[in-house]
Amino acid sequence: MSNANTAHDHHDDHDHPMPTGFKRWFMSTNHKDIGTLYLIFSLSMLMLGGAFALVIRAELFQPGLQFIDPHFFNQMTTVHALVMVFGAVMPGFVGFANWMLPLMVGAPDMALPRMNNWSFWILPFAFLILILSFFVPGGAPASGWTLYAPLTIQGGMSVDMAIVAIHMMGISSIMGAINVIVTVLNMRAPGMTLMKMPMFVWTWLITAFLLIAVMPVFAGAVTMLLTDRHFGTAFFNPAGGGDPVLYQHIFWFFGHPEVYIMILPAFGIISHIIPTFARKPLFGYSSMVFATAAIAFLSFIVWAHHMFTVGMPLQGELFFMYATMLISVPTGVKVFNWVTTMWRGSMTFETPMLFSIGVVFLFTLGGLSGLMLAITPADFQYHDTYFVVAHFHYVLFSGAVMAMMGGAYFWLPKWTGHMYNEKLGKIHFWLTAISFNVTFFPQHFLGLAGMPRRYADYNPIFTEFNQWSSIGAFCLGLSQLLFIYIIVATVRGGKKATAQVWDEPEGLEWTVPSPAPFHTFDTPPTLK
Amino acid sequence: MASQSQDHYFVPDASIYPFACSIALFFIAMGGACYLNGFAFGPNLMMVGFLGMGALLFKWFGSVIKESPEYNMDVDKSFRMGMLWFIFSEVMFFAAFFGALYYLRNLAIPWLAETELLWPGFEATWPSSGPVGADLVVSGHPDATAVMEGTKYGLIDPLHLPLYNTLLLLTSSVTLTISHHALRANKRTSAIIWLAATVALGVWFLYLQAEEYIEAYQVLGLTLGTGVYGSTFFLLTGFHGFHVTLGAFILFIVLLRMMRGHFSADKHFAFEAGAWYWHFVDVVWVGLFIFVYIL
Repeated sequence: MSNANTAHDHHDDHDHPMPTGFKRWFMSTNHKDIGTLYLIFSLSMLMLGGAFALVIRAELFQPGLQFIDPHFFNQMTTVHALVMVFGAVMPGFVGFANWMLPLMVGAPDMALPRMNNWSFWILPFAFLILILSFFVPGGAPASGWTLYAPLTIQGGMSVDMAIVAIHMMGISSIMGAINVIVTVLNMRAPGMTLMKMPMFVWTWLITAFLLIAVMPVFAGAVTMLLTDRHFGTAFFNPAGGGDPVLYQHIFWFFGHPEVYIMILPAFGIISHIIPTFARKPLFGYSSMVFATAAIAFLSFIVWAHHMFTVGMPLQGELFFMYATMLISVPTGVKVFNWVTTMWRGSMTFETPMLFSIGVVFLFTLGGLSGLMLAITPADFQYHDTYFVVAHFHYVLFSGAVMAMMGGAYFWLPKWTGHMYNEKLGKIHFWLTAISFNVTFFPQHFLGLAGMPRRYADYNPIFTEFNQWSSIGAFCLGLSQLLFIYIIVATVRGGKKATAQVWDEPEGLEWTVPSPAPFHTFDTPPTLK
Repeated sequence: MASQSQDHYFVPDASIYPFACSIALFFIAMGGACYLNGFAFGPNLMMVGFLGMGALLFKWFGSVIKESPEYNMDVDKSFRMGMLWFIFSEVMFFAAFFGALYYLRNLAIPWLAETELLWPGFEATWPSSGPVGADLVVSGHPDATAVMEGTKYGLIDPLHLPLYNTLLLLTSSVTLTISHHALRANKRTSAIIWLAATVALGVWFLYLQAEEYIEAYQVLGLTLGTGVYGSTFFLLTGFHGFHVTLGAFILFIVLLRMMRGHFSADKHFAFEAGAWYWHFVDVVWVGLFIFVYIL
């Protein structure tokens, strides 16, 4: 199998020469270059969104108002979330998909390479609009990332800018998702049946389906906002027979699958890393596939658990409570499979493995707090408190973002041809994991004690936990500078990586040289 | 120039169109936001974006058409799958508005009527322009009659223009299928005539819909501002009309290409993609006819 791509060398003289400069980076049709662009963009947005978060944590270090006024505080919470969700996490995973899917399924490129580039280049312009909204009268949107009506009906020009930016992000996501689905369904090497696909490919296939299903619904929701704002419609206006709660229903019909869009590819990544460093095949592959599909299905029928306190009929509250709790079954299957993969494996603890074990442990904590939130009567207490903030940062940061960091260390040698500095990588992991917990663990207590979220000020009894949280946040932010340093250093040099990189890892991507050549699998590899 | 043999998947050369289209999209979006907030340059910015996007897409599609002899069956399959998933995304876009219609009609309006304290005198009916004014009538407010007069509106008769439009679109699907069969049997003239008929039926549909809108605004007093009924009516039919426009435009381009001798009996993806899109638009209309006009 290691000679898979050398069989048809005579085709190479027909290939395009490798472009350089503007042509390479702005006009690319190469999945690896576009993947790199996505990953750089995602990392930049992580830093920008992180900077917004640090403004929030600086203000909350003490009760009272220190640095910023409450309106700007609200802009920070809103744009922090929008940037992190649509700018850092989603494009980050698309970057991984671009780099790895063609390599994993043995395809020469993504199925629709020009559309792939368009998906990417829409994003910087969409975020330019979002960031420009800070400079219009009234400042950036301050309604929270969910853009609930009627707050957004009353907002200024920035709401319109957020709406058009979201439309652009939606177009980008849908095109990206179509590309992923078509690549996976149409471009697999002969012999790679669906149930032989690597887990990352499976999770992305299902994620792409979710994206195509719900991004247009979100587009519909913000379109209704736009017409309510400017064209006199009454979707969310009770005087005309509308209902602001309708917005919440449509938003969360998108929003809940969206959270799985942000976590399923993370599951895929760690399903590659854990078997590699436990030196055992993934335990329960087919149950992993079916669990992923089950999570995707359930994601469509649980949305109203975000709205337990909004005033729904009792039957609705009960249905959404039970449906939500069902999700813990397939998620539990996954967690137990990862643990069982490690069971009696000959484990080593390189940086990607540390991050993956961190994900399994910390994401599960986030899952358990999610189970608490799913209990309707209990949620009346937790709703819109810091408990919720703690919960979704455990699943999004220590789930999605840390899985991406682990994935970055795992495949960085394949991308750059160099090994990263293992010692610095481990230091980065421990700094990240510890400061993350210092930041967010106290927020559980704050929330249970009743501190509401999205306020610039708080009751002095909450001071101490908030100070822990702020100190942790600054450590967490600064630790990521080390991450950037490690990546830059690895790109520029370091120990040469072999084609296999790790100790007999599974998958086609390890059969091509490191760094992966500009064109791979021009003719499909043959599977064993 | 990429000149790979047929067993190779076609990977296009570097292209400026995606990046340039992103800039055009930026102009459209930014221009739109500025326009809605009263900046005089907004419409111009938008227009620059639309013209740029139009020109770029023309060139982009042109290069795809030029390359198409180099595509093998795998590329063809990718295009087909891509189009089908795109149509699925469109289905979900309409689903959001149908969902809103369901929610407003069956949940929001009855709940508003139950809330006696908020809007006394408001009764749950459909169509409804909402409870505005209902409380004034109950309290005997002097402005009550004037306000209620302002909320009056008439309804489009489903058995008049909408019924004609239903027949037009259903017929157009039949003519399109006849054209497809003719193309597959290599009867080009017949294929061209039936496709032209399809486009004409589509344009006729749009003309009647424009008449319907004029009637609604000028005679019936049914507007975007007529509460939730007006909102759902105009957004659902409006987005559908926009999709008919797009579908007719696609088929028109396909018609021009067919007249210039493009497409063969077994290779005509653009025709089929346009046809799928047209059938999708047709199905959405049937949904509209039932749920918006009749029920």
